[in-house]
Amino acid sequence: MDDGMERTAIDGRHLRSAAMRPIMETPRWWWPAVLALGAVVVAGVVAWAVQLGDGLGVAGYNDNAFWAVYEADLVAFIGVSYGGAVVSAILRLTNAQWRAPLTRIAEATALVTLPIGMLFIIPHLGSPQKIWELIWPPYWNLSSPILWDFFAVSTYLLATIVFFYLPLIPDLATCRAYLDDPNNARTGDSLGLGSIAGLRARMRNARLRTARTLYRIGAGRWTATNTQRRLLHGSIGLVAIMVIPMAVSVHSVLSFAFASSSRAGYLETILPVYFVVAALYSGVALVVLTVAAARKLYHLEPYIHRRHFVRLGFVLVAFGAAYLYLTFTEYLIDGYSGAQGNAAWVRQIIVGRYWVPFWIYFVAAGLIPLLIVAVKRLRTMNGVVVASGLVVVAMWIKRLVIVVPPASEPLVRSPLTSSGFLSGDWGTYHFTWVPIAITLAATAAIPLLLLVVFRFVPILPVAEIEEMSEQHGSTNGNGALDALEVTTPNARLDERQPVGAGDEIGRS
Amino acid sequence: MNDEPQPPNSGKDGPPAATETQSEPQETSGPARIERRSFLGRAVVGGVGVTALGALAERLFATPAPAGASPTKAGSSAPTASSSGQADHQWAMVIDLRYCNGCKLCTAACQAAHYLRPEQTWIDVFTMRTAENKTYSMPRPCMMCEDPPCVPVCPVSANVRTSDGLTLVDQSRCIGTRICMNACPYEARYFNWSDSRSVPRQPFPQEPEWPVPQQKGTVGKCIFCAAMLPSGQVPECVADCPMGVLYLGDIVRDVAVNGLGNTVTLSTFLKENDAVRFKESYGTSPRVWYILGHGQDLESDTSAS
Repeated sequence: MDDGMERTAIDGRHLRSAAMRPIMETPRWWWPAVLALGAVVVAGVVAWAVQLGDGLGVAGYNDNAFWAVYEADLVAFIGVSYGGAVVSAILRLTNAQWRAPLTRIAEATALVTLPIGMLFIIPHLGSPQKIWELIWPPYWNLSSPILWDFFAVSTYLLATIVFFYLPLIPDLATCRAYLDDPNNARTGDSLGLGSIAGLRARMRNARLRTARTLYRIGAGRWTATNTQRRLLHGSIGLVAIMVIPMAVSVHSVLSFAFASSSRAGYLETILPVYFVVAALYSGVALVVLTVAAARKLYHLEPYIHRRHFVRLGFVLVAFGAAYLYLTFTEYLIDGYSGAQGNAAWVRQIIVGRYWVPFWIYFVAAGLIPLLIVAVKRLRTMNGVVVASGLVVVAMWIKRLVIVVPPASEPLVRSPLTSSGFLSGDWGTYHFTWVPIAITLAATAAIPLLLLVVFRFVPILPVAEIEEMSEQHGSTNGNGALDALEVTTPNARLDERQPVGAGDEIGRS
Repeated sequence: MNDEPQPPNSGKDGPPAATETQSEPQETSGPARIERRSFLGRAVVGGVGVTALGALAERLFATPAPAGASPTKAGSSAPTASSSGQADHQWAMVIDLRYCNGCKLCTAACQAAHYLRPEQTWIDVFTMRTAENKTYSMPRPCMMCEDPPCVPVCPVSANVRTSDGLTLVDQSRCIGTRICMNACPYEARYFNWSDSRSVPRQPFPQEPEWPVPQQKGTVGKCIFCAAMLPSGQVPECVADCPMGVLYLGDIVRDVAVNGLGNTVTLSTFLKENDAVRFKESYGTSPRVWYILGHGQDLESDTSAS
């Protein structure tokens, strides 16, 4: 590591300061952003408290719409965590060099979204005060798909934490060294009590003290010996392999809770695959959004370029096309089956009372992302970010289309008929402010937690980037990082390129 | 069980005479006779051939119900109601649709007795449509299935099936996941989306046999007025039906009685009137029989979704 540092002395220092900047400095926007996001989260908690007092009825639920928004949220938020983990795992396993500046952001996104998704079980439950029964083995009923969910998601959370922590160990050691360096960790002068500057300085000192403690504990005895590096490398590879089937199983099992039913639209063998691909699709989209935001806010332009977005865009549309194909397959086969049951359910979705949300999905997450990446003029950084934003929102809506119609259509009442052209009407489910506030709170919690995480954790995987440059083993200091496309000349080239003139396919 | 020559309710324990009357719907729904759980159990056991896995399958897929009332465990050869030695009663219901005029007094009596909110129709009266586009009324209580889909899906075992063949909800344990509402093909389960109505002092404690008052955030359903049955009272809906449509039956004693005091021999009554069960093809083996009289076909009219 020392060796590498010397060879890429200038860029290494730049890399370190870029990675440490979010930790050392408080940007002007940081506190307003945290307070605003925190306010949204608090509003969601208040909404949940109202629901706790009045019952789930205030969330628009009723006996003919017993599952709706919270269940879609659960699926969507656990789903987006999948993207971060699997993108990082797949890119690690395929040894895609360009991944290096993105892995930390992707893994952090997975880390924060998964607990948020898991928390949706609380508003979902009618009696959350008895949630301990899920943890208490004597009460377990092992034949219940919900319990399978619980085990699967808990295991996956553990794996996500490990997968985030392992590559972090060398960086924590780097941070420890950085903070121990008196040149870097200069503590602010304590001005008098009551002065804002003094308060700021005290808070900064307290934060850095906490950070230093975290780094000491987290980095352990990491000194980057060859044995340690070999072990860590092996462990990361193993966890990366394990994360993929684990994530597949989590989303499959999540779908079992719906599919363990005789309802048209839930009783679908395609559902597990559907859930897995949907999770990957929306997850990659969220990674794109997080990477774009981090690039802007933390000035990572020298490290993250248009080509990163374009490549993520290719990954995105690969999953998008797969999802479109699955949707087509499901609706075609079910719709073909006959006049009642499954066919009636498909009819309700495509031309019946759920046509608006379905076609929003089809246009915003089905067609537009494909077009944006397919058309060279649109295949820009902004293009991919716009596509990802559309995907994240439209895939949430698609989850509603999956969850709500089967749960809210009557089973005993008159069979589904073609008469229900009630556009925009969610069957017997009606949105209220409570689930909207809670969903917004969960959405706001993602950037909020990421801001907090990157307050203590370097946003760029310093060791990984340096290792990549070592692998390229160039003799001059810049050549190594050239290979990673993190030097400024390349970045300038990228920025200078006219829109759509890039040849990123050839270069990737 | 699929090679069992007799239909599920034949034999000495089920309503014996229902055999012939059941045969027609049975034939039309052939594959459904392979009960899901026993099918899964056998698939695992047969495919892998490991006893340990068989035991695991038994644990995973068996209904947590008393042995006397659980006829569908993998390996049991006779999917009949019960062996009469193990329980004094096996409760059932017969609904004679020929006389139902849709007055919904059954619903009202039920809601009054259990202090339910108006939308909590534990016994609901649906207006159904025949193929000739004529309407008829169909009361729907809980079907008290022999193989209830709602029971195994509960993560905390809040659903219980008693030795008398009643499926009940332990509301002190229910956490409100509502996955049982997803599993029930009859929409017979009702969630308490808000606080219960105010309830005066009850003759029974709040328990699965008498879940009054209903607990907010838990699932409730028709209980066949389980707490009243031991003292010889018929359920409120049966007692209050002015047309004598609803009969409470006991498979063990082979008897059924309606609110007008008519007492019939259960098996003969079912046989002579060609009684059918709702959504037979779902493999739930309901303990509620319908007597049709207006050319209805419960299966094709109502299992649409």
